Amino acid sequence: MSNNLILWEVFIQSKVNLPYKHVGNVHASDSEMALQNARDLYTRRNEGTSIWVVESKNIIASNPDESEAFFDPANDKIYRHPTFYDLPDGVKHI
Amino acid sequence: MNFSTDFEKYIARLADSNMIMGQRLSELCSKGPYLEQDIAISNIALDYLGQASMLYELLKKAGGDKHSVDDYVFYRNERNYYNLLLVEQDNGHFGKTMAKIFLYSTYQKILYSYLSKSTNDDIKAIALKSIKEVNYHFKHSRAWVLRLGDGTKESKIKIQESIDELWRFTGEIFESDDVENNLISENIITASNTFYPQWSKIVKETLQEALLTEPENVVMLTGGKKGLHTEKLGFMLAEMQYLPRTYPNAKW
Repeated sequence: MSNNLILWEVFIQSKVNLPYKHVGNVHASDSEMALQNARDLYTRRNEGTSIWVVESKNIIASNPDESEAFFDPANDKIYRHPTFYDLPDGVKHI
Repeated sequence: MNFSTDFEKYIARLADSNMIMGQRLSELCSKGPYLEQDIAISNIALDYLGQASMLYELLKKAGGDKHSVDDYVFYRNERNYYNLLLVEQDNGHFGKTMAKIFLYSTYQKILYSYLSKSTNDDIKAIALKSIKEVNYHFKHSRAWVLRLGDGTKESKIKIQESIDELWRFTGEIFESDDVENNLISENIITASNTFYPQWSKIVKETLQEALLTEPENVVMLTGGKKGLHTEKLGFMLAEMQYLPRTYPNAKW
């Protein structure tokens, strides 16, 4: 593996209007090559209709050391789930 | 196994070129310079085999179903293979492989754009399906020719050498002969010699953009369309055909 290549994160949209999902990464030296490599690696079996690539260094990730501060406060806030609402009898499809 | 009609002879040429191109490229499976490129080359190899498969099916139909697709591939010798000399050449290094795909896919883009207007529905359908694949092969290989030509000192030397080395096999692509005449008058195909101006323009522009020099005054080699090959093809067929000939009817 040449160290001239940079790492790119790949996002695939499986159908129009659906959200893009992270599928993995590729090595490439520029954006055009990254798109082609992503196409070759991740859409061989009809997985997608559109691809995003973004340089991995541009992804801002949350810090695992801060996960307590970030995520624990949500643990005991069960009222944030919509299970406390009484639904009128006539409402369907929920 | 001889082909009796011009139609069969012409289809055999197209099928064989794709078959040999695919077989050659598949030698590189698992040997790419890095994972992403390895998969890219294998994908392209499979595209060629897929196109060959459709064309052999058409050949089978045209021949009255007397032979199977495997018969065409595994039980014909060198002199009965009608692929272009270009496609049987060694993969060499990565630059040479990309140069070969570039020269071939530029031709195929033009070929299929004409065949997609064929009066023969089978040919038309194959061309329409294949042209999408070929457009990608072209895009991919052209990008590498530009990258290597306008890259480092060493990459420029290597891609230039590859273009120079392969150039002698490009003249034959645009040779038309008697096999084509009747098919042209029935609007089934377009004469190979009409492809040259377009091919030359695209290749010239790409080489210029890649800061490479177009070879000049090259003596062109020819013979593939008549079954006369370079020494490369025999070795390849020997390897490819050994198993089904040694163990007829072997199954996966």
